[in-house]
Amino acid sequence: MSFTGKYLVYLTGWCTGLKTKPSLYIAILLSPLIAGWFSLFIGAYEISPMQILTLIAREITPFLQNPDSTEQAIVIDIRLPRVLLAGLVGIALSVTGVTFQGIFRNPLVDPFILGISAGAAFGCALSVGFLPWLPIQIMAFLFGIVAVVLAYSIARTQGEISRLPLILSGVIISAFFTAMVSIVKFMVDPMKLQNIVYWIMGSFALADWKFVRIVGIGLAVSLVPIFLMRWRLNVISMGEDEAKAMGVHVKRDRIIFIAASTLAVSVAVSVSGIIGWVGLMVPHLIRMISGPDHKSLVPLSMAGGAAFMICADTIARNLTTFDLPVGIITAITGAPFFIYLMKKGGKESWGR
Amino acid sequence: MLDISNIYFKHRSPEVEVLRGISFRVETGHVATLLGPNGSGKTTLFKCIAGLWQQQEGTITCDGKDIAPLPPERRARLLAVVPQEHEPPFPYSVFDAVLMGRASHVSLFSSPSRDDYGQTERAMETVGISHLRERPYTKISGGERQLVLIARALAQEAPLLLLDEPTSQLDFRNQILILNRVREIVRHEGLTVLMTLHDPNLAMQFSDRVVMIDEGHIIAKGIPPDVLTVDNLKKIYGIDVAIISCNGTKVICPRVI
Repeated sequence: MSFTGKYLVYLTGWCTGLKTKPSLYIAILLSPLIAGWFSLFIGAYEISPMQILTLIAREITPFLQNPDSTEQAIVIDIRLPRVLLAGLVGIALSVTGVTFQGIFRNPLVDPFILGISAGAAFGCALSVGFLPWLPIQIMAFLFGIVAVVLAYSIARTQGEISRLPLILSGVIISAFFTAMVSIVKFMVDPMKLQNIVYWIMGSFALADWKFVRIVGIGLAVSLVPIFLMRWRLNVISMGEDEAKAMGVHVKRDRIIFIAASTLAVSVAVSVSGIIGWVGLMVPHLIRMISGPDHKSLVPLSMAGGAAFMICADTIARNLTTFDLPVGIITAITGAPFFIYLMKKGGKESWGR
Repeated sequence: MLDISNIYFKHRSPEVEVLRGISFRVETGHVATLLGPNGSGKTTLFKCIAGLWQQQEGTITCDGKDIAPLPPERRARLLAVVPQEHEPPFPYSVFDAVLMGRASHVSLFSSPSRDDYGQTERAMETVGISHLRERPYTKISGGERQLVLIARALAQEAPLLLLDEPTSQLDFRNQILILNRVREIVRHEGLTVLMTLHDPNLAMQFSDRVVMIDEGHIIAKGIPPDVLTVDNLKKIYGIDVAIISCNGTKVICPRVI
C-alpha cells in the first residue's frame, strides 16, 4: 500500500475508531470531494473535468494566477462557493441530526422536525424584515434556541422523554413559527417579501464567498465540541439515569450539545433557508453501514451529509432550466424516507 | 464499605414519606440483599444510593466519602449501577455497550483510550461474554443482556456494585446462573455488592447479609437465616410460610392458603 493509502487508513481509524470495513469508510469520507468535483463540471456552461482541476490548482498555488476568463469566473466565483456552501450546510444539518437523535434517544428527529429550522427561519425573517442592521445569525440562533427549548419542555412530561410526544411537539413548534414567519411576510414591504419567500424555500442560488466564510466560522465554533464529545452521545443515549450513574454530567453535556447544534443549524438556515430531512436521512443511511456507535457515526455523517447535499444541489441546479430550490429536492426524497423509517421500525419507532 | 445512616425521603407531590430512618452498613467483600415487598421503599433507597435522588435527611457514605456532594464522575468511580431491563434506543454492539462503563474515566473532550479498550476486554472476559462482542446487544437473550450490564459495571472499576433486581426478567435457570456468576466475580475481584431481590429463596442462597425493609422501616438485618424467619416473612408479605431444611440449605415455601 502506498504511503498516502496507509495515511488514509490511519486517519480513518483515528476519527472513526473503526474495527471493520476501512475501504468503505474511506470511500464515504472521500465522497464529498468526488461529489464536489462532479458538481463543478456539471452545468449549463461546459467545462471539462480536467480544466476544473487545473483551475483550482492554480488558484490555491501562491504566485500563480488564473488568467481572467469565463471559465475562471464560473468555477471560482460561482460554482466553487456554491459547492462549498452546500457541503458545509450538509455537514451542519446531518451532524445536528445525529446529535439530536442521540440526546433525545429518538431516531426520528432532526432539526427540521424539532422545529429548530422554523424557529431560526423566523429569526432570520424578523432580521431581514425589521432589523436590517443586525447580523441575521444572531436572531436565527436566538429563536432556534427558543424553538428547541419549547419543543423539549412541551414533550417532557415526567422525567424521561418518550418518542411520539417529542415529534408532536416539534410539529407544534414548527407550525407556530411558520405562522410567525407568515406574519412577518404579511407585514414587510413587497421588495423584502420576495427576498424572504425565495430564501425560505431553501436554496444555494445566492451563494458567494462571504456566505462560505460565515458558515465556515459558525461551524468551526459549533462542530468542534460536538466532534470531540461524540463518544459521549453513546452514553447519553442510554437515558438520563443510566448516563448519570455511569458518571456523565448529563445536564451540562446536554446543554453543550443543544447549544452547539442549534448554533450550527441557525448559521446554516441563515445562509440557505429551510432545507429539511437531511438530518434524518443521512444519519440513518450511515447507521446502516457503520452501526450506531457515534464515534464513527459523527465523522461519517459529516462526510455523507456534505456529499448528499452537494449531489442534491447539483440535481436542483440542472434538473430543469430553472435553478430549483434544493429544499424541494430534499423534501421530495425525505417524506417517503420518513414513511419508510416508520414502517420499518413498526410500533417501536412510535415509542411507548 | 457502604454506610447508610438515618435516611429520610419524602416525595414532593403528593407528600408521602417513603423512607423513615433507614440505617445499615455493608462490609467490604459482602453480598448484601435488600428485601421488601412492592412499595416498601426499596427502589427509592436504591435511587438515593445511586445518587439519582437526594434524600432529605441522613447521609450515605461510600468508602468513607459522603456521596451527596460528589460530582457524577467521582461518584461513578465509587459505585457502579446495574440497571433493570431497559430499552436501548440504538442497537449498539456488546463491546460498545460495555465500553460505555468507562465514561467516568474519559475526559469531557476525548474518546476512550487504548487503556479503556483494554479494561473493556478484561471486563467482558471476567463475565464470560467475549464471544458476544460484535453482536448487537438488542438481539441477545435477557440473561446475556444482564451479563453485558454487569460487565459494563465492572468496566467502571468501582469497588461497590449496585444491582437493581438483577433477576426480574430472567427465567429459572438464568436467575441462578447470574447470581452465581455475580458471587464468583465479587469474590474474585474483591468487590462489594448491594442488590435488591424479590425472591427470599434467592436472598437466602446468594447473600452474606440481608436487610429487610417494609413501609420505609428496617424490619430486620443480619445473616440470611436470622432475618428470613417465618415471623419476619409473615410480617412483610402477609402470608404464612414454612422453612424447610434440604441438604443443609434452607428453603422457604409458602403455605397455600
